[in-house]
Amino acid sequence: MSSAFLALEDGTVFQGRSFGAPAERSGEVVFNTALTGYQEVFTDPSYAGQIVILTNPQIGNYGTTPEDSEATRPYIEGLAVREFSPITSNWRSDEDARRFLAKHDIPIISELDTRALVRHLRAQGVMRGVLSAIESDARKLVEKARRIPRMAGLDLASRVSTTATYSWNEPVEACSPSEHIPPAPEPRFHVVAYDFGIKHNILRRLVQAGCRVTVVPALTAAEDVLELAPDGIFLSNGPGDPEPLETQVSNVRKLIGKKPVFGICLGHQILGLAVGGRTYKLKFGHRGANHPVINRLTERVEITSHNHGFAVDPDSLNLNEVEITHVNLNDQTLEGFRHRHHPVFCVQYHPEAAPGPHDSHYLFDDFVKLMENEQ
Amino acid sequence: MPRRNDIHRILIIGSGPIVIGQACEFDYSGTQAAKALRADGFEVVLVNSNPATIMTDPELADRTYVEPLSRRYVEEIIRKERPDALLSTVGGQTGLNLSVELAEAGILEKYGVELIGAKIEAIKKAEDRLLFKDAMRAIGLETPQSRLVKNVAAGLEFAEQTGYPCILRPSFTLGGTGGGIAYNREELAEILERGLDLSPVHEVLIEESVLGWKEFELEVMRDLADNCIIVCSIENFDPMGVHTGDSITVAPAQTLTDREYQMMRDGAIRCLREIGVDTGGSNVQFAIDPGSGRMVIIEMNPRVSRSSALASKATGFPIAKIAAKLAVGYRLDEIRNDITRKTPACFEPTIDYVVAKIPKWQFEKFPGAEAALGTQMKSVGEVMAIGRTFKQALWKGMRSLETGKAFGSEKLEKSLISQRLITPTPDRLNYIRFAFQNGYSVEQVRELTSIDPWFLEQVKEVVDLEGELNRLAVETVSREVLAQAKRYGISDAQLARGWNTDELAVRERRKALGVRAVFNRVDTCAAEFESFTPYLYSSYESACEADPSDRKKVMILGSGPNRIGQGIEFDYCCCHASFALQDEGIESIMVNCNPETVSTDYDTSDRLYFEPLTLEHVLNIYDTEKPDGVIVQFGGQTPLTLALPLERLGVPIIGTDPKNIDLAEDRKLFGKLLDDLGVPAPENGTATSVEEACAVAGRIGYPVLVRPSYVLGGRAMVIAYDEEMVRQYMREAVTFSQDRPVLIDRFLEDATEIDVDALSDSEDVLIAGIMEHIEEAGVHSGDSSCVLPAKTLTPQQLGTIEDYTVRLAKALHVIGLMNVQYAIRNGKVYVLEVNPRASRTVPYVSKATGVPLPKIAVGLMLGRKLREFSSLTGGRTDGVLTVPQDFVKSPVFPFNKFPGVDPALGPEMRSTGEVMGVGENFGEAFAKAQLSAGTPLPEKGTVFVSVNDHHKAEAVEVARRFAALGFQLVATRGTAAALQAAGLHSKTVFKVNEGRPNAVDLLKAGAIQLAIYTTTGAPAFFDEKAIRRSAVMYRVPCITTMSGARAAADAVEARRRDPIRVWSLQQIHEQKQTAV
Repeated sequence: MSSAFLALEDGTVFQGRSFGAPAERSGEVVFNTALTGYQEVFTDPSYAGQIVILTNPQIGNYGTTPEDSEATRPYIEGLAVREFSPITSNWRSDEDARRFLAKHDIPIISELDTRALVRHLRAQGVMRGVLSAIESDARKLVEKARRIPRMAGLDLASRVSTTATYSWNEPVEACSPSEHIPPAPEPRFHVVAYDFGIKHNILRRLVQAGCRVTVVPALTAAEDVLELAPDGIFLSNGPGDPEPLETQVSNVRKLIGKKPVFGICLGHQILGLAVGGRTYKLKFGHRGANHPVINRLTERVEITSHNHGFAVDPDSLNLNEVEITHVNLNDQTLEGFRHRHHPVFCVQYHPEAAPGPHDSHYLFDDFVKLMENEQ
Repeated sequence: MPRRNDIHRILIIGSGPIVIGQACEFDYSGTQAAKALRADGFEVVLVNSNPATIMTDPELADRTYVEPLSRRYVEEIIRKERPDALLSTVGGQTGLNLSVELAEAGILEKYGVELIGAKIEAIKKAEDRLLFKDAMRAIGLETPQSRLVKNVAAGLEFAEQTGYPCILRPSFTLGGTGGGIAYNREELAEILERGLDLSPVHEVLIEESVLGWKEFELEVMRDLADNCIIVCSIENFDPMGVHTGDSITVAPAQTLTDREYQMMRDGAIRCLREIGVDTGGSNVQFAIDPGSGRMVIIEMNPRVSRSSALASKATGFPIAKIAAKLAVGYRLDEIRNDITRKTPACFEPTIDYVVAKIPKWQFEKFPGAEAALGTQMKSVGEVMAIGRTFKQALWKGMRSLETGKAFGSEKLEKSLISQRLITPTPDRLNYIRFAFQNGYSVEQVRELTSIDPWFLEQVKEVVDLEGELNRLAVETVSREVLAQAKRYGISDAQLARGWNTDELAVRERRKALGVRAVFNRVDTCAAEFESFTPYLYSSYESACEADPSDRKKVMILGSGPNRIGQGIEFDYCCCHASFALQDEGIESIMVNCNPETVSTDYDTSDRLYFEPLTLEHVLNIYDTEKPDGVIVQFGGQTPLTLALPLERLGVPIIGTDPKNIDLAEDRKLFGKLLDDLGVPAPENGTATSVEEACAVAGRIGYPVLVRPSYVLGGRAMVIAYDEEMVRQYMREAVTFSQDRPVLIDRFLEDATEIDVDALSDSEDVLIAGIMEHIEEAGVHSGDSSCVLPAKTLTPQQLGTIEDYTVRLAKALHVIGLMNVQYAIRNGKVYVLEVNPRASRTVPYVSKATGVPLPKIAVGLMLGRKLREFSSLTGGRTDGVLTVPQDFVKSPVFPFNKFPGVDPALGPEMRSTGEVMGVGENFGEAFAKAQLSAGTPLPEKGTVFVSVNDHHKAEAVEVARRFAALGFQLVATRGTAAALQAAGLHSKTVFKVNEGRPNAVDLLKAGAIQLAIYTTTGAPAFFDEKAIRRSAVMYRVPCITTMSGARAAADAVEARRRDPIRVWSLQQIHEQKQTAV
């Protein structure tokens, strides 16, 4: 049984068992509290540059299946868990989760006291760390952790974005003979989606809502987007700090008022910056599938899927221009707003779920309605 | 949508006595609801027939009625109290059914009572199988193919189409009573006939088999604004085919991807909306075909359920409390999460540990019952264990069960492995372990059991490690391996057995190597937010979160899983101990592992440790908390077995010295004490061999009562009428040793038995109650009805009992509670048993006298004196407390769950619960108690009488009273002759072996409404057993003692004479207060 180490920049070092690739990776150490959906977490490009701790102590139980991937490969830098299953049990699984990560040289540290680690991060805030299955000198690892770049100020979105424009037309597929997903309607709207690290389920959900999607690279100019004659523009989720994304923000600013715009997660933060707001880094972020968000327009609470380390400061927004539509009930952080004068709205959380509850699927329909109204 | 201000007074209906399928989880839910509503300024009127519950404590409601849960009595309560609303969803199936009955009878409308929680339409849609199926189809959820049948032929026809096996579920029965799995035509006919009979509407759902499918449950909550949350997902270790109540279950679900889980979540929420559960909690059950992923919905309960209690304890999310708040108008986001204090209750708990629930069965109490598990629930209790991993939780859970056998020392047969894996029995998990020990692969075990391979792999990993560990020794084991064993959940005791040493040696070694238990918190959020409630479980992680205070503190050891003989009564005492400590300003620390109870609610005590009640775990907590005292006398036998070992290790036990508690169990020492005190006991002796037993029995004379030492609930206790029975008992029924001899007493036939509860500070002794049993000695005290005040005792006998009790309490230096059992034969008082601890009758006596016995007992244990509590005892510090009315306690039996078992009463306790009846006279109280116990006495009809010769004279007198009340009489030949000789008109009926029509035929035909049947005292004959069984099946009250028969006559007379009337406990004891 070989050892693995997770060293944090503050000098804390945890020892566990190496369960994955014999590799060493570094990144910001964050935790996710969702009970299901580890494969979706592994493959969410928003986790680029991050080592993920899963608080569910039993990981790997149901293996992996290609349909549940949110991108073409896993994006996490490393995985820290309490226990990793040596076997796979699920009728849909065709590869075990350990191999799935190992193929991409992603190390796993298991038999770790993840709860102690999470409590540490909750108290101290997220920090940089190194996960190594090859180096056992704790001092060296801590040194390395201190040398890696901080997440704040980092443009990761451009790095994970597609380099070429492509179109997407796959709908959501049922996962069981008992899941009745209505067939996707004939596409009525053309959506151009900025890929800052887009999750596949956003694309599937757009198709499911009646859209034909063209995915464009993160730095595509506003003019080039309009050239594609979209009915609406979508701003995707993605990793890293929104503040350095000046080009993206200025492109988006140019698109406001031209076409209906819908943003999710990083897309929401970019819109926040585009309308003149500020963003800030949360102490330990929101990563999980159980956050209550109230929709101020309907007064209904949605249980939502989250993955963000930064947030838009509601006090920085000009409330004559924008209206706050969604608020997190746990900590009152801003979860969504819409423009008062233009067809623009966005949410900080993940209505496409994957993983997480489906309470907020309606936002895709809202986007379609917005495009309908504009026609 | 805030709190409703248009309603002020709310009626809560409890779930009645503890029965299989409906246990103290509903005391927990009712208590939470009552507390939540009162905290919000509502007036609460509460009715429950079960006096052993916390919810029926007068402090918990504005008006508390311990009255029958029947339409007539509850209507009277409604008439008297005029509640604005009725909360129907916290009293289990009983509370729900009664709410429906009240609504349908127009009573709610008549008195303007609004049904809150679940509306009548929603209840019907969820409970009526056909409506449910249609509703689910309408929202795109599949159900297994099924048909509702009203006769056997229709069932057979369905099975011809779908094939065997098929599942049978009678409509509207508790815990799946009467259901089963039929593998062939014959079984189908048999189960269907029984099910049709047991269903109050004579309907059975026959269903396509989904045996072997994965089984899941989701706990869902919804508010009036249609906000929905899933509190917890639960996956069953045992796949479909075993009732959920009899399955090992695991939270959270372990083998579903997010896609599949969300499909289920969406389905559950659609289901709630479609059924129309506007507010509150429901549980929705699903099955998934492990091969194809096809999902079907099995059922939903539109109310708080057993699983809700489990989910609440598993996550820290108090479902019943929140459900009560939602029912009065709050939205989920308007309610705060108590644990994090900052975040709202409108979220989905997430957990970073694994919870395992394991049922506890007691088939050994029901000889003749088949120990196979199926769709009808048969377990009497359950334990829950929390671990950082499934392995740790499962192993902790297994040792919480208190099976009486050391874990790992079970006797298993290699030749039985495949049979025991195929047919689920209580031993299945042991056989799975055994199969792995014998080289079976996960795949082989999966084929035989259909259990998910992930679960099996976990079990196998521990079994493999156990194998490796057994090759090591306590001196040589390394820190790493030992830490691994502890992280896998293996106990010190189990390691010690493998290493031929004792558990304390392992403990020492473990500590020397630095392998120590730490405690983690249950916080609803996987540590994302800080938690403010010390709700803890042990693990072998790197950091301890116990954060003990430096206050003065006392630890209470709870009573573990419910079982016959040790149930909710002891939880009642433990909770009160905790409340009393808090009143005294002392921090209370609760230790227990039963998820159904009030004691394991995180806000009952200052600190809660959800842990197995074993020496290892208790010591771990002790080492962490360093309490000033430990209370062992309130939790029944479970903590008492730990008392001496704990005391030896220097743990300060408060109250009566454990040595004196133990002395009362030691025949020789106790016999000497009685001699010294001049208190007579039946002649007795002890034996450690067959020959010795025969010699002792021969010396003291037959019949004799034979039993093992150190048991509760009369486990393995028999009355032996001759030497052959003694030999057979010693050979087959009991294990004994030099330390644990068999106890043999002269059995006092036809004696009156008395139970006494007393409080003592070792100087003053106050007798709380002298309870007279209705059944004669020989029936276990827990299975006998009893009455306060005693009815037939002379003042002189009462004086003797008082005198003996005081002498015993002083001699044993009792500090706290004491229970003594007496028998009176031919006017002479004998001591049968002394238990210097809380007894089963403490809650009943507390409610009858209005004096909170456990509260005072805790004060005494803390060093205060009885005279300091005179404000609670009406000024009394000695003598006997009085009761203002007649209070009858009656037992409730599970015989209808165990076909083939002889329901005759004897010295082994078999009742699962109890009820109390209150009246102005004995008859009224007894009639109510019998009604509450589910065996209502008839008001007219035919009485069947068959008694042995020496009861004939008494039988004639009783029969005369029934005849005078207008009853017809039927009797077997000898009895009929006696009746006719006394001038009573009686028909004669055959005994079962004499010909037909016989008594059983008449019972089946509904021609008998009451059976009075006394045995000859010898072992049961076929005839007697057949009559008693039929009486149980056809729900005819069957009285097997003459004193019981007289009581029945009193009750029927009272029923005829007195109006329907009810009294709240507050009213009863106010009257008393003014009288004093």
